[in-house]
Amino acid sequence: MKILVCIKQVPDMESKFKLNPAGTWYSDQDLAWRMNEYDEFAVEQAVQLKEQTGGELVVLSLGPAQVREALKKALAMGADRAVHLQDEASYEKDPFAIASAIAAYARDENFDAIFTGMQSQDRGSAQVGLMLAELLGINAVSTIVDFSCDGNSVTAKRELEGGLKAVVKTNLPALFTCQLGLNTPRYPTLPNIMKAKKKEIATPALTAPASLTATLSVAYPEKKGQGLVLEGDVGELADQLLSILKEKTTVLK
Amino acid sequence: MNALLIAESRQGQLLPASYETVAFAQQLGAETSMFLVGSPQSLPQYAGKLYLADADQAGEYNPAVHKQLLLRVIEQEQPDMIVFCHSSYGWDLAPRVAASLSVAQVSEVVDVVDGGFVVPACNSKLRRTVKPQSSPAVLTLQSGAFNLEAPSGSPRVESLGIDVKNGIEFVAYEAAEKGGVDLSKAEIIVSAGRGVGKPENLEMIQTLARALGGEFGASRPVVDAGWTEHNRQVGTTGQTVAPKLYVACGISGAIQHLAGMKKSEFVVAINTDKDAPIGEVADVLVVADLKQLVPILTEKLQS
Repeated sequence: MKILVCIKQVPDMESKFKLNPAGTWYSDQDLAWRMNEYDEFAVEQAVQLKEQTGGELVVLSLGPAQVREALKKALAMGADRAVHLQDEASYEKDPFAIASAIAAYARDENFDAIFTGMQSQDRGSAQVGLMLAELLGINAVSTIVDFSCDGNSVTAKRELEGGLKAVVKTNLPALFTCQLGLNTPRYPTLPNIMKAKKKEIATPALTAPASLTATLSVAYPEKKGQGLVLEGDVGELADQLLSILKEKTTVLK
Repeated sequence: MNALLIAESRQGQLLPASYETVAFAQQLGAETSMFLVGSPQSLPQYAGKLYLADADQAGEYNPAVHKQLLLRVIEQEQPDMIVFCHSSYGWDLAPRVAASLSVAQVSEVVDVVDGGFVVPACNSKLRRTVKPQSSPAVLTLQSGAFNLEAPSGSPRVESLGIDVKNGIEFVAYEAAEKGGVDLSKAEIIVSAGRGVGKPENLEMIQTLARALGGEFGASRPVVDAGWTEHNRQVGTTGQTVAPKLYVACGISGAIQHLAGMKKSEFVVAINTDKDAPIGEVADVLVVADLKQLVPILTEKLQS
């Protein structure tokens, strides 16, 4: 089986975000970068499928030079080779442009199964995976929390609202967008990290149409302001909090 | 301006979130029509034209069929925008429609400003104003961002025939395992988030919950990690709660979590990150390490 997993590199969400000079996205300075959390589940599922069926697993990322680090992690988790679609200003591309660029690469490769995260942690649009499937003309199941493959048939569970799930079946080729909790992403072992250094990272030319959306501005959310912020010594904080609860709520006797 | 609103149905019932698209269109002052794959027995209270496909024939989750039906209606209506909820239905169908038409999509709209739509980024730490550069534009709305006070009216139904086949087979719905706890009835909930760090630390959250006479809950990452059962999860994919007191320990405040607890009467957040989005809904944000503060709180409550 020929499998593709698409990943994105994002900043740690605990970071303090500063804005870029144009005010159109966050500044990429002084941030710790990691693989998008949803994509870790996608990589794990792709590796498990490859272990089950054999074949080849390709990991792809679109972005600046530093995304090679995320690609190397996926290679160390078990991908066979990597594709880096280089774009130093990838944040300027919208999901349609990104999906089109990936489709341009993937169209002739005829992947049987494609995995993506259900969304990125920074943009959170939840569009690229489904658009990619649409552009390739293959089935797609989004937000999966369970996956099993039997021959050419996949049974997956979609996560809906309020704890409800939908069990669905599709034939391959198909694309799956992965939700948190789908599996337990493995940690790359040291021998696999060493092996990954020898794996190929190809850099085919990137072709993409113009974006269909434009970011006008990025800002911090307005603070609503009514909340009280307590800081200081932990013992005093506990006393302050308890006296507030006694005063403002009816639950403390 | 002309907006096509996408309503939703599940297990034969119209989902009330559908009305959020009506509220959004009202805010914009747009003319509207509505699209629903659902049951003729559960129609929206909506005074306008409703394109209706029967879910008994089309299937409730049948993306290829829903997309084809919707594309037909779009061709007929020529809307300026196509408005979905940002739900498991909307975020699944919207990109398929946008990509089929090669038009712009803006996801999870929370506000409308001059010339653009405001959407969250980076776990709600930033807000981005986005302008679609195509017509029509596809939009999805963040759950709870636009609320309709009182839906009213009856739709003029235009039935849609179904002549397309789907590639995905819907097998069954699967409900969450029901446990012994009903958090929606709890008066006090103390919830643990990723900030608890390790499963052993959950015990101090449970102890604080007991000391307060309440239940303990958890955010999604804690449940996904297997540290506690799903029936403790607060948020859109878990339980929606509205206690008198909600104490969020080490919970950053992802939108999905906030949607499940923001109706709580009084919210205390304990977090080391002063800028965490949970601060948006907290009456009191205590900037502290929960591992230090929670045991002290418990001790003072017990003495």
